[in-house]
Amino acid sequence: MNFDLSEEQQMIVDAVAKFVANDSPVERFRKLRDTERGWEAPMWERMGEYGWLGVAFPEAQGGFSGRFVDMALILEQLGRGLVPEPYIPSVVLAGGLISRFGTAEQVERYLAPMIEGQASLALAYAERQSRYNLSDCLTRATKSGGAYTLDGEKVWVLNGHAADSIVVAARTSGEQLDAEGLTLFVVDADARGLTRTLVKGMDGQRTALLRFDAVEVDAERVLGDEGRGLEPLEWAIDRGAAAACAEGLGEIQELFERTVAYLKERQQFGVPIGSFQALQHRAADMFIETELCRSTAILAAIQVDSEDPAERKADVSAAKVQLSRGGWFVQASSIQLFGGIGVTDEQDEGLFFKRLRVLNGLFGDADHHVDRFHRLPRFEAELRASD
Amino acid sequence: MDMSFTPEEIAFREEVRQWLQEAMPAAIRRKADNGGVFERAETAEWHKILYQKGWIAPNWPKECGGTGWDVTRRFIFGEELVRANAPELSPFGLGMVGPLLIQYGTDEQKQRFLPKILSGDEVWCQGYSEPNAGSDLASLQLRADKDGDDYILNGQKTWTTYAQYADWIFLLCRTGFEGRKQEGITFLLADIRNTEGITVNPFLTTGGTLAFAETWFQDARVPQRNRVGPENGGWTMAKALLGHERTLIGGVAESGRWIAFAKRIARGTKVGTGSLFDDPTFRRRTARLEMRHRAVTMANYRTLAAAQLGRAPGAESSILKIVGTETQQAATELAMDAMGHDALGWLDSAPEALPEHERGVASQFNYLRAATIYGGSNEIQRNIINKAILRLPNA
Repeated sequence: MNFDLSEEQQMIVDAVAKFVANDSPVERFRKLRDTERGWEAPMWERMGEYGWLGVAFPEAQGGFSGRFVDMALILEQLGRGLVPEPYIPSVVLAGGLISRFGTAEQVERYLAPMIEGQASLALAYAERQSRYNLSDCLTRATKSGGAYTLDGEKVWVLNGHAADSIVVAARTSGEQLDAEGLTLFVVDADARGLTRTLVKGMDGQRTALLRFDAVEVDAERVLGDEGRGLEPLEWAIDRGAAAACAEGLGEIQELFERTVAYLKERQQFGVPIGSFQALQHRAADMFIETELCRSTAILAAIQVDSEDPAERKADVSAAKVQLSRGGWFVQASSIQLFGGIGVTDEQDEGLFFKRLRVLNGLFGDADHHVDRFHRLPRFEAELRASD
Repeated sequence: MDMSFTPEEIAFREEVRQWLQEAMPAAIRRKADNGGVFERAETAEWHKILYQKGWIAPNWPKECGGTGWDVTRRFIFGEELVRANAPELSPFGLGMVGPLLIQYGTDEQKQRFLPKILSGDEVWCQGYSEPNAGSDLASLQLRADKDGDDYILNGQKTWTTYAQYADWIFLLCRTGFEGRKQEGITFLLADIRNTEGITVNPFLTTGGTLAFAETWFQDARVPQRNRVGPENGGWTMAKALLGHERTLIGGVAESGRWIAFAKRIARGTKVGTGSLFDDPTFRRRTARLEMRHRAVTMANYRTLAAAQLGRAPGAESSILKIVGTETQQAATELAMDAMGHDALGWLDSAPEALPEHERGVASQFNYLRAATIYGGSNEIQRNIINKAILRLPNA
């Protein structure tokens, strides 16, 4: 057991931290949140040049053969500056799926340019009725000859407005809720019959509503096995959840530090408000929850690479619940301790608060993960001390 | 970054698990499996078994009678003890005064005391708190006046847990009355059984056990050679010991056992035609607690991995104490709630009414309210975090 960073990992962390401090502090995000696109292609290209978009992909695919942990370390630093480039949707979600399940041709065509920062990707899975149930899918793909025709609608597609290609989950057989019958497709953003509506989010980031009206997709754009898309989708969404925990950790750490600094600086009744014990104990609890977020984010980042889905699910769920409950305590307390100015748009804390709230609900909220956890077979087994 | 165990460590775990399986006497095992409260004699018997195996003091250096295991092996061993529901040994000798003597004791003191702590022939208790020195420990008033080669002690200690079974007490007393109150404290070792003027009065906890005691000192003579460290230098040692204690008393592994135990109770608790374990409300609550427990366990792993690299547990150990004991209490609350009407019962309820494995739950549930109080209350732990880590200004 060793949770220290390797020399290489430390170098990446330092480089991303420096990048955030110099080139993408929160002020940059503040400006971008008013633009249509929400993020900048040249910046994405730079991240590609630095190698940050390919850390976890195999060398043969143009990556650096790292592990999920390496992406998590990058995400944590990006979170500290609220960097809006689409790392989670493009690298973690769609990129991860294409890397693991794609054909050589698909990797060459979609992943390689993304790793270089020349293109970005998205994953469309959620529907109006699906909530967090990944097998709930009404979008249909009907096969005729060597092609499929997609009809349906996907909502809140992260980076769906700007992505060059989009991985789409559609039903090739079965009924709305069936686990079998889901198939993943890679669809070009400019495909005929695909309508993209830009949807602005609370966190200042951009998503899209995607409408598929008889969109024709060639059979060679099927990602993975036909009808067996649920497991890959679960795998990808768990990685999304682990990524949310990593990015969220950066934001929680930032809020925690800013709050402690404010407690020392802000004077009322003639003394710093940080000298009041009621506030001190709340600050101590913020420290505790921040550290537990760190522990579980590391746990999820390591275990999400586990080949055993039950291990993976248990620890990702534990981390997501900690982010959405413990992390929530930190974000809510931060606003409370800042007082009235914490609720002003001018103050950065509100920006972190909003992004965290979005992450809390993405890839399953706390209730969803609690529910999933107690349905895992391991919950039935006697808890062993070594678990 | 790596949280896996090496093949050697996995083999070590197997070895420990198998030995525990074979070495634990049947009567102790039966009680352990039923969540029973161990008698003094049973704990002593188990102490001897570990001692004979050479596994009694994994945290001590090898030359003092320790096992020579690294941090990970010590941790694995600790986990396996909990998994086997082995009786918990008294921490006062092995976990507290022993390591302190190894660090600060004279050679003579080490030779005199350490072997009997290891063998279990001498049992220790702790004399820290007083009626007017609880959270404000440095205000302690038990006075020690020099007289020839001795100190003469007058005053009172309280919460001297299991002092009625102890042979020796380590204590903090006041030798200096000027300057900062922390600067007049001295650390002494006293023969609690054979010193004239020391009286022990055990009293009942809400758990129905005699875990608590108060200890009185009336002109009790303690030789100066039983002083550890310099006169008026006891506060440093008191703090070192408390920091060590915090990492011990979070009860992280014990909480896991309690959660498993609560599930077992729920399985046996009939609701209609099924069991409580089928109830989604119960399952979600248990799942939330189990996930919280995983978070604390991971925090514990991180502390451990840091220790493996030679970094001492600092104020961060306060986290483990706070969240560990809160989780432990939540787990006992879960077990109590799982019992439903059986939670009305007590240690001496008629066996027809209360299954054996539920018998000790209410006692433990009550006693463990102390977990967030002992070893520095959780509020004091928060103060430590504020002072040592967040560096917030004083009021």
